Amino acid sequence: MLEGIMIGLTTAFTFSNILLVIGGCLIGTFIGMLPGLGPMSIISIMIPIAISIGDPSAALILLAGVYYGAIFGGSTSSILINAPGVASTVATSFDGYPLARAGKAGKALTVAAISSFCGGTIGAVLLMIFAPALATVALLFHSAEYFALMVVGLSAIAAFAGTGQVVKALLMTVLGLIMATVGEGALFNLPRFTMGIMDLQSGFGFVTLAMAMFALPEALYLVMDPSRSNNEAGGEIKDLRISRAEAKEIAPVIARQSIQGFLIGVLPGAGATIASFLGYAVERNIASKEDQEKFGKGSLKGLAAPEAANNAACTGSFVPLLTLGIPGSGTTAILLGALIALNVNPGPRLMVDKPEIFWAVIISMYIGNLVLLILNLPLIPYIAKILAVPRNYLIPFILFFTMMGAYIGQNNATELLLLVGLGICATVLRFADYPLAPLLIGFILGSMLEDNFARAMQLYDGLGFILARPMTMGLLGIAAVLIILPSYRARRARLRAKGIADGD
Amino acid sequence: MKLKLTRRAVMVAAAATLALGTPAVAEEQILDSLHFLIPGGAGGGWDGTARGTGEALTGAGIVGTASYENMSGGGGGKAIGFLIENADSQHGTLMVNSTPIVIRSLTGVFPYNFRDLTMVAGTIGDYAAIVVGKDSAINSMGDLLAAYQADPRATAIGGGSVPGGMDHLVAAMVMKAAGEDPTGVKYIPYDAGGMAMAALLSGEIAALSTGFSEAVDLANAGEVKIIGVTSDERVSAYADAATMMEQGIDVEFVNWRGFFAAPGLSDDKLAAYQATLAKMYETPEWEAVRERNGWVNIHNNGDDFVSFLENQEKIIGDLMSELGFR
Repeated sequence: MLEGIMIGLTTAFTFSNILLVIGGCLIGTFIGMLPGLGPMSIISIMIPIAISIGDPSAALILLAGVYYGAIFGGSTSSILINAPGVASTVATSFDGYPLARAGKAGKALTVAAISSFCGGTIGAVLLMIFAPALATVALLFHSAEYFALMVVGLSAIAAFAGTGQVVKALLMTVLGLIMATVGEGALFNLPRFTMGIMDLQSGFGFVTLAMAMFALPEALYLVMDPSRSNNEAGGEIKDLRISRAEAKEIAPVIARQSIQGFLIGVLPGAGATIASFLGYAVERNIASKEDQEKFGKGSLKGLAAPEAANNAACTGSFVPLLTLGIPGSGTTAILLGALIALNVNPGPRLMVDKPEIFWAVIISMYIGNLVLLILNLPLIPYIAKILAVPRNYLIPFILFFTMMGAYIGQNNATELLLLVGLGICATVLRFADYPLAPLLIGFILGSMLEDNFARAMQLYDGLGFILARPMTMGLLGIAAVLIILPSYRARRARLRAKGIADGD
Repeated sequence: MKLKLTRRAVMVAAAATLALGTPAVAEEQILDSLHFLIPGGAGGGWDGTARGTGEALTGAGIVGTASYENMSGGGGGKAIGFLIENADSQHGTLMVNSTPIVIRSLTGVFPYNFRDLTMVAGTIGDYAAIVVGKDSAINSMGDLLAAYQADPRATAIGGGSVPGGMDHLVAAMVMKAAGEDPTGVKYIPYDAGGMAMAALLSGEIAALSTGFSEAVDLANAGEVKIIGVTSDERVSAYADAATMMEQGIDVEFVNWRGFFAAPGLSDDKLAAYQATLAKMYETPEWEAVRERNGWVNIHNNGDDFVSFLENQEKIIGDLMSELGFR
């Protein structure tokens, strides 16, 4: 292995390659901030350029820079303007945006950058050491287990139910699940609930819905409730650095979530989004009572968990690609296309036949991560300054940004109408104090939940799969604990407050 | 940016040939400009086909400039409707499409049919294949049929399309031609080819119906065995794979991609488009694009394209009626 690392390092550390990775990181970060352009679209834009370089290692290094840059760019828009452009950064906005609203945008970005770096790097180390052995793990899950995993993912919603809004959170989740059924799914060859509207045939777009639920109501809220925005945003940006105590607080979170996220990323049917929700849910559940209160209101732990998890999962998704030749996510599917165009066939033989490529991939991950951290830490104060822009300039800018995000991916003007319509509904709900995040979680997980459930039902001719597959049972058990525990704890706390606590 | 560069390169090449007075190196230009309508978003199969074709045509100098328009919505139906409703102003437009236009017109998802458009040519295609995992006891279509006859409920066949979609229809077509009842086949749909492949390797499904080119790389890596291809003869890209015909199963199927124009297109224009696409095959620029994407040249021009589509519509239509999808 040491020999391999040396091969990889000597390929990677040339002057031109370093320039490529720096350029890639910068391009990725800045394009990635646009909500409509996630890592997938940016990589597909960059592929012709990468291919024209000709040398597979250099092309991969460029793409790795773009990839990590885009992921970080996506987190930036989630944190600063509550506009998660990709599903895997939705959980980032849960705590990242409240932090930014409290004037701690710089600190939030720093925590995000460091968590991403650690997640990506720990993921790369795990990939390097365990990749061949993990090929079997990637194939461990059947549809039944994926269904159970989605149920565990949904339990992240319990995090929003702790504040006495159980019914509201559940209602919004169900609404999200219902919205996920619109359009043509993987299981039916006819559109459902489209009301004959052709633009709904492929369902609601993720970016449109995310902008309508998060960014648009937030901007409208700031317009309609100026008193709230004047005190908080718009002021100077303080607190750029992380204190020693805070570093100590988030370190174990990052360590746990890097490993958990990586393992979830290895599964071809799960990926970074599930990893980020699960990371958030798990960390909230194991946090102490005081910390738990802070989740959703600007907890550093709540920000570090999904950031570490989604980056580690992105790295983990390279395991099925490199060892089996199966793309585990949309982004790796595009990368697979690029690799094949460069005459590299990923698969079990890659490590034997072309070790220099295999190691170049892994080393390029380290370099991409490291360069990103070095480049972005000094940039953070300037990026965070966006929020210092006066409100009357900032809000039109956010509105423009969200509209463009919804339009850019599809080139479909109907998305704009949907965005505005849904955005107005969401603003009304927001004023009525309904949490909007559960709706988005339900929407994101809904179709995967349904597809895997239906497949498992079909394969086992009924519900038999729950009993037939012990791992499914186990995961459903974990989900039950995650869902019940918070309300049980809340109930006990209430009882204790009344002075009728039991035993201990 | 990229387009400009190629244009400049073409202009330089054209100027050079003029100055030297030698026979033209670049192809003779047939069209000044060409507009591609892509019924889906950026990065999909249709998008790649249109942009790759445009790149080759402009690169080779057959077409002066190419422009592209992505119009997603309705799984491609919106672009078809647009082309028909605005036919008079869209005579400079070619729309890319593929096998699903036949399937989806039959299910009634599209209010239109391919006959409502001007059929220009089918340009590339891919055969379908049935594959099994490397450790599977199944080594041929005969083995798969034996396993199916022994326990139909435990012999699930997966695919990357909806029930009634292409992968399902291929599986049903093969089973029917082998003398089985196609409605009895347990078809498990996945939302992408990669997920279906993972399910095959994890042992969740017994066999997978997929695109041949998708299976070739994994077969070369020794991960899967291709037990049947729907081509008329063995494909050179992976000649170890036996055809369905060889194994006594009378099935041929091509998943094509090709181009359509607005209804009411004049014969001159149609002929010009067809000549443009026909000429493309001889250029090194096309060969580079084709190679990069792993496409197979399957050229169906003019009347051949019409009869090919009608034949495919009939086969698929009959099968769908039998399966209860129309």
